[in-house]
Amino acid sequence: MAMKRIGVFICHCGRNIAGTVDVKRVAEEIGKREDVAFSTTYVFMCSQPGQKLIEDSVKKYNLDGVVVANCSPTLHEKTMRNAAARAGLNPYRVEIANIREWAAWPHEDNPDAATRKAIRIINATIEKLKANASLEPIEVPVIRRALVIGGGVAGMQAALDIADSGIETILVEKEATIGGNMFRLSETFPTLDCPQCILTPKMNDVAAHPNIKLYTYSEVEDVEGFMGNFKVKIKKKATFVDWDKCTGCGECLRVCPAHADSEFDLKMAKRTSIYIANEQAVPLKALIDENSCIRLQFEKKVKEGKIKPKKNVKICSKCADVCEPNAIHFQNNEEIVEEEVGAIIVATGYEVMPAEAFPELGGKYPDVITSLQFERLLAPSGPTAGIPRRPSDGKVPESIAFVHCVGSRDPQNGVPYCSRICCMYTIKQAMLVKHAMHDAAVYDFYIDIRSNGKGYEEFYHRAKEEYGVNFIRGKVSKVYKVGDKYRVQGVDTLTGRIVEVDVDMVVLATAAKGSSTVKEIAKKLRIPYDEWGWLKETHLKLKPLETPVGGVFIAGAAQFIKDITDSVSQGSGAAAKVMALLSKPELEKEPLLAKVDPEICAGCGRCKDQCAYDAITIDPVRHVSVVNEALCEGCGACSANCPTTAIQVVNFKKGQVVRAIDVLAEVF
Amino acid sequence: MRKKVMFYPGCTLKGVAKNLEDSTVESARVLGYDFIELPGWTCCGAVYGLAQDSVKFTIANVRNLIKAQNYGKEIGDNRLIAVCSMCYNNLRRAHIDVMKNKDKLKTLDLFMDEEANYEGNINVLHYLQFLKNDVGFENIKTMVKKPLKGLKVAPYYGCLLLRPEEISIDDREDPHILEDLLRLLGAEVVDYPLKNECCGSYHTVDKKEIVGERTYKLVSVAREMGADVIATSCPLCFFNLDKRQEIAKKKHSEFEHMPIVYFTQLMAIAFGLTSQDVLHFDKHYISPEEVLKKWL
Ligand SMILES: Cc1cc2nc3c(=O)[nH]c(=O)nc-3n(C[C@H](O)[C@H](O)[C@H](O)COP(=O)(O)OP(=O)(O)OC[C@H]3O[C@@H](n4cnc5c(N)ncnc54)[C@H](O)[C@@H]3O)c2cc1C
Ligand code: SF4
Ligand code: SF4
Ligand code: SF4
Ligand code: SF4
Repeated sequence: MAMKRIGVFICHCGRNIAGTVDVKRVAEEIGKREDVAFSTTYVFMCSQPGQKLIEDSVKKYNLDGVVVANCSPTLHEKTMRNAAARAGLNPYRVEIANIREWAAWPHEDNPDAATRKAIRIINATIEKLKANASLEPIEVPVIRRALVIGGGVAGMQAALDIADSGIETILVEKEATIGGNMFRLSETFPTLDCPQCILTPKMNDVAAHPNIKLYTYSEVEDVEGFMGNFKVKIKKKATFVDWDKCTGCGECLRVCPAHADSEFDLKMAKRTSIYIANEQAVPLKALIDENSCIRLQFEKKVKEGKIKPKKNVKICSKCADVCEPNAIHFQNNEEIVEEEVGAIIVATGYEVMPAEAFPELGGKYPDVITSLQFERLLAPSGPTAGIPRRPSDGKVPESIAFVHCVGSRDPQNGVPYCSRICCMYTIKQAMLVKHAMHDAAVYDFYIDIRSNGKGYEEFYHRAKEEYGVNFIRGKVSKVYKVGDKYRVQGVDTLTGRIVEVDVDMVVLATAAKGSSTVKEIAKKLRIPYDEWGWLKETHLKLKPLETPVGGVFIAGAAQFIKDITDSVSQGSGAAAKVMALLSKPELEKEPLLAKVDPEICAGCGRCKDQCAYDAITIDPVRHVSVVNEALCEGCGACSANCPTTAIQVVNFKKGQVVRAIDVLAEVF
Repeated sequence: MRKKVMFYPGCTLKGVAKNLEDSTVESARVLGYDFIELPGWTCCGAVYGLAQDSVKFTIANVRNLIKAQNYGKEIGDNRLIAVCSMCYNNLRRAHIDVMKNKDKLKTLDLFMDEEANYEGNINVLHYLQFLKNDVGFENIKTMVKKPLKGLKVAPYYGCLLLRPEEISIDDREDPHILEDLLRLLGAEVVDYPLKNECCGSYHTVDKKEIVGERTYKLVSVAREMGADVIATSCPLCFFNLDKRQEIAKKKHSEFEHMPIVYFTQLMAIAFGLTSQDVLHFDKHYISPEEVLKKWL
């Protein structure tokens, strides 16, 4: 039954709307409609008195529909619907006419046109509203378990918080240890804490927590399902070692004759083929790197028929020979496990651009490295025991140049944005070098110092005043090798002169990007990411932890590069979101979903092809389309492609939308 | 069979850079190509081409492109080769510019109503690109008669072959096309990190000292890296690096001169074309004769 007693509420939004749109005239014009029982204006509809006005009017005029003409529905649709619901009106009989973003703001210079446009927008909205059905929210059951992807500091924090609330949590980490990039750092700005000291307790808590199930050296293979009901396939990658038996004693490492670059030390050191990620790894377990192990390579070549094994040839098994608990079996133990969860947090962190990407800044030379690599050389537990040495010849450098903004703020050679943490960590590294080696000459080339955090600016001043770091304001244009030295050519923009220094080593603060695995994982979860690999939040200001996919959240540097403080905060924040979601036995879902009329549906399946959420199946018996309400997001892609109009989104039916457009286009 | 290809010399090659023109045309001839001077070519606009609001300044180049379009149809080849870096830069940029801004092209076509409209299919190439992609470096190698073994060359691109991005003939920051060619000729290429640095450009007219300093830097580092000679393709770079050594020497007494050559001269020598009718060493301020005498 079409509505006959509609109430229209026109908001001033202070002067935002009323400064341009003649709201009184709008209320009068709209009030002339036969189907409008009441129309008025109010200064702030979102305020408590504004909501009260709706409640009272619904009762007083016995309204059967409400249009609020104000700002974008993404802001206050819910507020207005709730107000109406409190007065007993079905909330789906409330519609928003956006006259702020659509009329007032874009036509500030032409109030008359803005006013006429506002009237038209409201008329169109009324036409749409009139065919709205009363609806009830849909309820879907919830699995009270959570999944966190990425075991850096953000992911660990999230997992611990959720687990502490009594919810079982699964943590999947692709590397052989948890800890993420923070565990690679030397010390942390601005407090100069030892990251290993403050992180190992957290790592151990994760491993020991009764509510956390940890999968390291594992990756998410496939995700199915929807908010509250995800089915996840996890691939446990091959370790060739039985981790139930391995005690982490490290005997095998001592005898292994084969070597490869250490992942953890970012090529600044070698490790053996059988290895433990680092000395404080959690879990402390050994695994074999297939690509460098003599035995596994041999077996592979035999299998491929590339070599024929001679009889009685003894092929390396040194590690297994010394392993007391007999943990090393050399069998490919890759395995897929399935888990069911109700919510997911993605905390896959960041990577930095490699030095090789900047040949003009010397990235092709061995002693020109990234800041993250340099962290390993500064770390007391690192390959050089905290006194940096040149990768090329092991010499302790007497002079070092640091270069800021390498690839950052540089759309042509890298990324357009500021990587945000590099000013601070470069200052930190310069300080640590001066601390370890008093006489070293340290040059810090910066464009401008961005030190916007608690205690950050003070930290910068300490570097200048207490440590005597030589800060040079200007960009470096070239780094090249002259004899045994690296010549850094830049400009000092304060004196306006070209500067050149010959140094032993150069550290490049290269731009941060999202994890290289992010595209794959984002596709599996159907969440958006940008061209630099950062995961996209629903709203940068108001929903920084949410994604458009219900039940999937993001945290830490995976969203955008950030420091530890912010990463931890986001980890806790996302955990709170998950706890709220999983605190109810059932989830309520908007009922604005696609619905099929089986009488008309031809079963052609065009709708199914269009659905990004895999919500549609074709019933093989009845040969009609069937919508899974739990999966459907109500986007309408199906309905736009249905040749018979059989599938339509509730309250966005074809007739409604077309009528609204007719009004907007003034076809009448 | 010999192949005819259109060649755009530009004004400098007809005067001070005769050595660039003749070594280009003659080296191409060895490779089986007759470089035919584009009939009726006009100025490339030189510096004016660098202006932003440039409908007017694009005229000269589009007119050249139209000439190439007409003549190209006659010889059945749409390639237009330039070797002067500035000419290449201007012609190629004008082509890209009008292809992107169809309105601009329309204005130009209307303005030049005596000419045919530009259809947009002239392929402007720098000689280096032509050598690499069309002739093929491997074919060049077979024509080398006197490998430049032992000659240490610093390759110098300057800016005009690399910037702006859309006309760059190679990686902007770390190009190597010139190195690759020089190695084929048997030369030893030194790591020359300043290969894409500014030569001082037109400051040579009114601020000679700046260019003197640039030259001092560019030549000294080439020397530090062990080079005997610097190879370039740009007459302006050539002039600055060559002639302005005079100022560099006056200001820095320890400065050692170094000859500057066009890469095409080195190619000609490696092909055995050592006549002064091709090389024109009289056009050099610092004569390369001494450094190159082994191969002459
Ligand atoms: C040189 C340098 C120095 C720094 N110094 C400081 C400092 O002094 N103070 C400070 O506050 N901050 C510092 N930072 C920043 C700090 O490293 C980050 O804030 C922090 O590491 C972010 O934590 P995260 O958990 O979000 O991401 P990460 O530490 O990157 O952790 C992400 C984790 O997810 C895992 N992962 C990625 N993809 C997948 C996948 N598909 N499946 C499963 N697991 C996956 C990764 O292996 C990793 O373990 C520094 C950064 C750099 C580059
Ligand atoms: S409801 Fe929207 S338009 Fe009205 S006052 Fe609130 S923010 Fe402004
Ligand atoms: S020797 Fe055996 S138990 Fe010890 S670390 Fe190696 S695999 Fe583990
Ligand atoms: S089999 Fe030999 S090479 Fe392979 S991990 Fe064991 S000790 Fe190392
Ligand atoms: S944080 Fe500093 S070094 Fe990093 S991109 Fe921003 S300005 Fe450059």
